[in-house]
Amino acid sequence: MADYTDNEMMAIGAGRFIKDGDIVFAGTGVSMLAATAAKRIYAPKAVIFFETGGIDPVLDEIPMAVADLRVMSGTALNSGLIEAFSIVGHRKLHTIAFLGAAQVDRFGNLNTTVIGDYWKPKTRFSGSGGACDVASFASGVITFMQHEKRRFVEKLDYLTSVGWYKGGESRRHLGLQRGGALAVVTNLCVMRFDENTKEMYLAEYYPGFTVDKIVENTGFPIDVSRAREAEPPSAEELRILREEVDPQRLIL
Amino acid sequence: MSSYPEIADKVMGLDEAVKRFIRDGSQIAIGGFTVTRNPMAIIYEIIRQRIKDIHLVCHSHGQGLDVLIGAGCVKRLEIAYGGNGRYAPTCIRFKKAVQRSEIEFEDYSNYQMSLRFLAGSLSIPFIPTKSGLGSDLLNYEGFPKEIRGRGKVASKKFSLLQNPFNGEDDKVVLLPALNPDVALVHAQYVGEDGTVRMKGLTFADIEQAKAADIVIVTCEEIVPRSFIRLDPDQNSLPPFFVDAIVRVPYGAHPTACYTFYDYDPKHLNLYKKVAGDDSLFRQYLDEWVYGVSSHEEYIEKIGAAQLMKIKANPVLGYAVGLDRK
Repeated sequence: MADYTDNEMMAIGAGRFIKDGDIVFAGTGVSMLAATAAKRIYAPKAVIFFETGGIDPVLDEIPMAVADLRVMSGTALNSGLIEAFSIVGHRKLHTIAFLGAAQVDRFGNLNTTVIGDYWKPKTRFSGSGGACDVASFASGVITFMQHEKRRFVEKLDYLTSVGWYKGGESRRHLGLQRGGALAVVTNLCVMRFDENTKEMYLAEYYPGFTVDKIVENTGFPIDVSRAREAEPPSAEELRILREEVDPQRLIL
Repeated sequence: MSSYPEIADKVMGLDEAVKRFIRDGSQIAIGGFTVTRNPMAIIYEIIRQRIKDIHLVCHSHGQGLDVLIGAGCVKRLEIAYGGNGRYAPTCIRFKKAVQRSEIEFEDYSNYQMSLRFLAGSLSIPFIPTKSGLGSDLLNYEGFPKEIRGRGKVASKKFSLLQNPFNGEDDKVVLLPALNPDVALVHAQYVGEDGTVRMKGLTFADIEQAKAADIVIVTCEEIVPRSFIRLDPDQNSLPPFFVDAIVRVPYGAHPTACYTFYDYDPKHLNLYKKVAGDDSLFRQYLDEWVYGVSSHEEYIEKIGAAQLMKIKANPVLGYAVGLDRK
């Protein structure tokens, strides 16, 4: 058995996408871990910011919501929602957003609103929050998912946040000038999107999981021809995550 | 009250503020965001006064939204997000109310709602954005047709327009402005002159306040004019926007108030435990809202030991090392 948890692998798998100079939009949960880990491990010159308006906080303690007081402490600037969204879509900035979702489809479109009928739902979720906005404006979106067939679906019950829409050039034709789904990071693997078709494909599977298991748990056909095994988290990555990023185990 | 002559006509108690300015059916915007700076003290007072049929307009809300819905005060809701961090990934009573068709609701996004308040504050009737193109936010109208165009409900949820300036295929979404009857804000400071200062993130509180007909500000402290005017760069609202001022220490509890106190994990965990069960939730309201006559009494029930635990480090702004599980 691996000596790390799903959340640890996911945080590190997503954190590895972040580069110095990126402006990282973090949401709640694992995305908070991934953003904090990325800055501490891979990209010290990345800037973490929150839709609530907190820009580049110290994050000595991990926030457990985007309005947590910890996102206001030691920032470059504390502002508000309007200012935060002026950053997400800013033409001069390379902004990467971390999101979570209840459902994802093959083009990386996300549902965080409802399962079942919109007006008489089986399960109601929190709703868009800023997700629809960052999906519209950010340079790229990385989504965290529990890898289950009922979550990787042919058709979303509700499309809250646009990824590659219907594939190909369809996102641009909507009137959205940039952005799109960069990756989906799950508890089993990392999925990416084909440059031309914009369809999801298996990029990396985590050590200990087979390609078959991933295919079985995905509710639509996926290309696995480009799949390779992911690098497991190193001892140092795990140490930073456990001792510095989330010592209270609020999210881990 | 006479100790603040400049704002003597605005300073009042929670009970008077609600009685004077909030009616059944009022459209209300509440300040704060999920676990932070919700105007809880006045929300509890609204529940105690059994105000009904509220039309709530908000971006991302947590505790205040959930208690108001759970107490049956809300008829209609325009919302981007109902969640309370790790204590409620989806607000519990909000979820139940939608699933049971107990409220009318309309989904927007955070930026869309913030822009709608901004438009209201600028006295323009609508505002364009690119946010939401291709999403189901533009495919589903939540509100029933028969209430469209009545009172404060816009005649439609949004409108799509081609950019009129570049002659190309370039779509934008037009959103209707919001001008709520009342905005409720909890701030750290109000000056003796009525100037409001929020510390930390302001979310969309300033736009909400400027968009609303009536603004009620609850605050942790009323501070001398000399203090609030010494560093005006830090101030959030000038006095003339504010109609009522209520000094309520711990007025955002159990949500957080930057540099004063953190969110209260103990109380939010208690809430999480009871909110899922109708009869336990009823008991919670009886004990913590209806059963106390004032916010002082509520805070006394929370207890000094817990208040010390959540007391914020005034420099860092939060309670360092607080057990947040």
